[in-house]
Amino acid sequence: MKANYGYRDGSGDYFIEIDTDLCDGCADCVAACPASIFEVGEDENDPLSDDEVASVKADGRKSLEYDCGPCKPVRDRPELPCVASCKPGAISHSW
Amino acid sequence: MSAQASGEKKEFWRWKEYNWKSDEIDWRKGKIITAGVDVGSVSSQAVIVVDDELYAFSNQRTGSNSPGSAGKAMMWALEGTGMTMDDLHYAIATGYGRVNVPFTDRAITEIACHGRGANYMYGGTVRTVLDMGGQDCKAIHTDARGKVTRFLMNDKCAAGTGRGMEVFADLLGVSIEEVGDMSLEVEKEPPPVSSTCVVFAKSEATSLLRSGWDKEMVLAAYCSAMAHRIVSLLERIGVEKDFAITGGIAKNRGITRRLEKELGLEILDTRYDTQIAGALGAALFGQALVKKGKGRKKSLA
Ligand code: SF4
Ligand code: SF4
Repeated sequence: MKANYGYRDGSGDYFIEIDTDLCDGCADCVAACPASIFEVGEDENDPLSDDEVASVKADGRKSLEYDCGPCKPVRDRPELPCVASCKPGAISHSW
Repeated sequence: MSAQASGEKKEFWRWKEYNWKSDEIDWRKGKIITAGVDVGSVSSQAVIVVDDELYAFSNQRTGSNSPGSAGKAMMWALEGTGMTMDDLHYAIATGYGRVNVPFTDRAITEIACHGRGANYMYGGTVRTVLDMGGQDCKAIHTDARGKVTRFLMNDKCAAGTGRGMEVFADLLGVSIEEVGDMSLEVEKEPPPVSSTCVVFAKSEATSLLRSGWDKEMVLAAYCSAMAHRIVSLLERIGVEKDFAITGGIAKNRGITRRLEKELGLEILDTRYDTQIAGALGAALFGQALVKKGKGRKKSLA
């Protein structure tokens, strides 16, 4: 499942997509993210599955633009810590 | 609660609250009985499913106390069936207020429940489901079995959805059931209002009325703004056929007609009440979970 968390507002789209078919629940992203945006647990959108997967915490879904700000300098943006930490390549950002 | 004193202010936003049960199903012969309760910020539904078939439901407004509304919805769905809470093998809550429902065994997200519910209501050809809640809106892709394959939830879509329509109906003195049809009675489509946010739209509507627009034009401008907004949300995730809408918005032809036009495709029709999709999906998950041997509340012997 391609899970998109976030929002669209007047200034743009701020979505983080987690591909739960790729995610193995290793929690490396949880450790890597300085803003503690991720958590790992049961897939709340697939109640019949027993696999644990990453998701964006509920209280972080409305403020991604600001929370991720420090990782996204306007110039010379390095690879995002969350994306870099995820070996299966399950995380992507829309902005 | 029925006597309507004459001269009392009419509440235009008020839609019909009701309950229903099937005459064809004898639940006492059923093997697995489950319930789903959807507590939204605007409306609440309770659905009872017997052996994978819809048996009974209720649909009402959410009161100021959401756990209370959940209980009331449940009792109302049970009314006249001879069934009690003890006959339920499993009960699942969903919706905005799902974590707060005392009598349910588990909570499941609206994303999962609407995908599943739409699959039952519209059939296995559904690939895209749109749900507009009172607090957020969701675009969901599902497979032939109703399992979610992709979703996008806009957490900032709050104002201007279900509740917005109600505020609008009240402001214009048009009953909520007529808003959609009335908005189609315009010769020329007016430009959409600039904002669908309840607060802004209200003051914009007031000033449009003052400047001489008739009600139909104002409603058309509002419905068209809603349709635009939905299209922009769908853009990100894409629309795959067949396309279905769940929730109260599906009943507003002023929005669905405009959506069909903008998207260039037909929206599926259903004989079920589109507002029960979430609760129905929850009850269907209950069936699946009981079959899996998960969380069975009482012996099925
Ligand atoms: S960009 Fe930075 S703050 Fe945002 S999710 Fe990734 S690691 Fe966390
Ligand atoms: S690092 Fe990637 S695979 Fe590991 S839990 Fe996070 S998203 Fe899943």
